[in-house]
Amino acid sequence: MFMPAIIYIVALVGVPFLMAFVYSVGDVKVGSTGYHFVGAQNFISILHNPTFIRSLENSFLFTISSQILVLIGANILALALKDAFPGRRFMRFLILLPWVAPVSIGSIGWKWILDSLYSVVNWVLVRMHLVKQFDTPVWLGEPKLAMMSVILVHTWHMLPFATVILLAGLTAIPKDIPEAAAVDGAGFFRTLFQITIPMMLPIINVAVLFGAIFTFTDMTVIYILTRGGPYDSTQVIPTLAFFAGILGSDLAEGAAISIFMVPLLVIATYMALRSAHRAEVT
Amino acid sequence: MAVVETRKLTKVFKRGNVGAVVNVDLESREGEFLVLLGPSGSGKTTLLRMIAGLEEPTSGEILIGGRVVNDLTPRERGIAMVFQSYALYPHLTAFNNIVFPLKAQGVAKDERQKRADWAAALLGIQHLFHRKPRELSGGERQRVALARAIVREPSLFLLDEPLSNLDAKLRASAREELEQFQKRIGTTAIYVTHDQVEAMAMGDRVVVMSQGSVRQIGTPADVYDQPADTFVATFLGSPPMNIVPADGVIVGFRPEHFLPPGVAERLGEHVSYQFRVTHSEYLGAERILYGIIEGGPFKERKVISRIPATHGSEISDGNVYTFAIANRDLKFFDPKTEKRASAARLPL
Repeated sequence: MFMPAIIYIVALVGVPFLMAFVYSVGDVKVGSTGYHFVGAQNFISILHNPTFIRSLENSFLFTISSQILVLIGANILALALKDAFPGRRFMRFLILLPWVAPVSIGSIGWKWILDSLYSVVNWVLVRMHLVKQFDTPVWLGEPKLAMMSVILVHTWHMLPFATVILLAGLTAIPKDIPEAAAVDGAGFFRTLFQITIPMMLPIINVAVLFGAIFTFTDMTVIYILTRGGPYDSTQVIPTLAFFAGILGSDLAEGAAISIFMVPLLVIATYMALRSAHRAEVT
Repeated sequence: MAVVETRKLTKVFKRGNVGAVVNVDLESREGEFLVLLGPSGSGKTTLLRMIAGLEEPTSGEILIGGRVVNDLTPRERGIAMVFQSYALYPHLTAFNNIVFPLKAQGVAKDERQKRADWAAALLGIQHLFHRKPRELSGGERQRVALARAIVREPSLFLLDEPLSNLDAKLRASAREELEQFQKRIGTTAIYVTHDQVEAMAMGDRVVVMSQGSVRQIGTPADVYDQPADTFVATFLGSPPMNIVPADGVIVGFRPEHFLPPGVAERLGEHVSYQFRVTHSEYLGAERILYGIIEGGPFKERKVISRIPATHGSEISDGNVYTFAIANRDLKFFDPKTEKRASAARLPL
């Protein structure tokens, strides 16, 4: 009964994963026919590569900042959408849209929104006299702005998912509890930080775990918006692995870069699962 | 001065619907234990929640300590509430649950500890301080919820069916304990319940509610012995009061006042009826006799009699006996309004 699923996982996940391990300790290039074991040489070489170090830092910056923004945004949205108001269903639908739309299409939309010439954002900023007409920010062309832009676009994409998870956590809290807090004299923020968020902690952990792993391994937004540029300022591990291994034909180096993510993700997953397990609700 | 007063308080949840609470006028006295009693859907919990500030009234006024509090948030009303589910914070220990209201008030740490100790000593729960709610039994949770309610010495105590989650045995002892406890701290309490035994046993006064309105307010003896209408008459008492319409009047009498032969002689002025017992229940301390009245103005009406098991005479199913009711135990109600009619001619 589970055979199709097992075949699917082994063929499409297991085999490529194993191949990546094998490639990362060999000298395979696109088109090469032989295989020579080279030990840790690929890993040593990428560790000496400043671009790789930069990408690793960027990966952390990209993941952590976007997850912080997602968490704050999802909390606010979940609180706003919890209670009934006219048009709530429509609002929920709108908020879910970025998640439902293919991320590549969304990113292409953002590429135009942030375009250096046709940017609608800049048009608005100029009309509001916040920037000068011929000195507009180049959102995807300046290192800091480019990083900020990819983080924001990725946050936009991840926000609905986290909101839905937090909303589920929020509605799972019995109505009595915030009411008791209100009678006990707690205001909005005390209730939020001492009651609601601690009670949602296990579910927030799940949202962060999934979000972080998703973000750390995702390359779509960056690939479409900046291709890692300018000057590798938005290069992250997945894009670097793709550029080195597939576009640069050095499969071994690409594999070694990808493999580098494995221990980091294993540790992250373990920590998140453990904290989810420890957080106790009822 | 009344601790709590409501004036024409009304709550309508959906426009056009009948109100959940309709024009309720209520006035509690200092230190009193006031019980809101009614079947489910009678609006008693909604009324309590409006007093707490958890529900906004559609119209009318709520006064606490003589001040209109309609626009105040729950925290500004200086009240404490015990919820049916206890609503303990699951992620906090019993101690942190108890001091939560004090923290919200900005009470210093030493003082918090002192007051938590005082409340816990009163309820005998100091040893539970380090446990989380899920590690506590139902009775212990109830005490922690009570301790949380009293630590900040509120002017008013609201209790929403706090005993309904306890098992029957524990409920009886918790009932007595709660009553003693309220007397000791002397805080005015409003207690919601659908259990008439709880209401009769604990209340200084009982407010009987039905379909959003107050049917009667009075001491337990008042509402039981002098019911204001047929609803109160039948809602209180188990089995309920016999209600028999005849000749333009409704006559009511309690099953325990419908007495078997041999007792009637001692009643003084009384009326007698032929009672055919159809079946009976033996409940240990008492017997419940079900049957119909034969002949007379109440012909063919089903009535119930409740006699102590110590009553000697043999009464068996299927036979007809002469049962009697003392005149003073007969209540009369207007058939149109179902309200109590003070003087009425007994149909013969």
